[in-house]
Amino acid sequence: MKHIIRKAFWNYEKEEKWLNSLSAKGLAMTDYSWCRYVFEETLPGEYIYRIELLEKPAPHPESRQYIAFIEDTGAEFVASYMRWAYFRKKAEDGPFELFTDIDSRLIHSRRVRALWAACAAAEFAIMGANFAVGFMPPVSELNLILAAAICPFFIMFAYLAAHQSRRVKELKRRRKITEG
Amino acid sequence: MDEMQGALTEGVYYTLLALYRPLHGYGIMQTVRSLSGGRVTLGAGTLYGALFALVEKGWIRPREGGAGGRRKEYEITQRGRAAVKAEIKRLEELLENGKKIDGGEIQ
Repeated sequence: MKHIIRKAFWNYEKEEKWLNSLSAKGLAMTDYSWCRYVFEETLPGEYIYRIELLEKPAPHPESRQYIAFIEDTGAEFVASYMRWAYFRKKAEDGPFELFTDIDSRLIHSRRVRALWAACAAAEFAIMGANFAVGFMPPVSELNLILAAAICPFFIMFAYLAAHQSRRVKELKRRRKITEG
Repeated sequence: MDEMQGALTEGVYYTLLALYRPLHGYGIMQTVRSLSGGRVTLGAGTLYGALFALVEKGWIRPREGGAGGRRKEYEITQRGRAAVKAEIKRLEELLENGKKIDGGEIQ
């Protein structure tokens, strides 16, 4: 039986944990579109899920080549949303990690950070422009309301970028001693 | 080797060893796991990046018309073998010194 859950995640690490906790209970994600997850019933813990931010959107030839490579290693490409890709692998095949060394984790963390930093910068620009226009006489309430509405998004994106910055720092510190 | 070679990562070292015979991605992951007695596992994303970098360096090459069908097979090149030999020399030095000092031969 199919189950549909509507839920919004900002942080892909939390989203991945959530997918894996549902999979442990026997609900395995089979599709995703904006804030809408489709699940099928499976044996508890049948799949392990991993989410990756690709360099290019999933339909891009470079991404398709990458996804085909991942699939050839026994994993399944479940869904994608813009540059986000959802993979899963049967748990009986052993642990499933996409990245197993510090360098590749660093590349991925930096990529995620760049995405959120760009989103934060865009929101900041729109927010600033609306504040500027709004306060210029004659005062435009519509622009001020718009600016205020954008503010929480700016804060969220800035927070997510800062969160990945901490990840990058952690990884760099670890690399000074080990490679794994 | 015409250039100084830094220490290879475990993943790269074992990937090069695995490619003494032609293998596709999944074959490399399995070989590396069994070579290391299950200690080293390579994530597919990590391996993809490593293969790309190693081809660019000329240490491995994709094999034309390999037995893998759709899946691309890779094999080590002469330069790749030279890199492995240089790495073995480096590792031997590390090992010898470690054993000597930790074993108490040198105070």
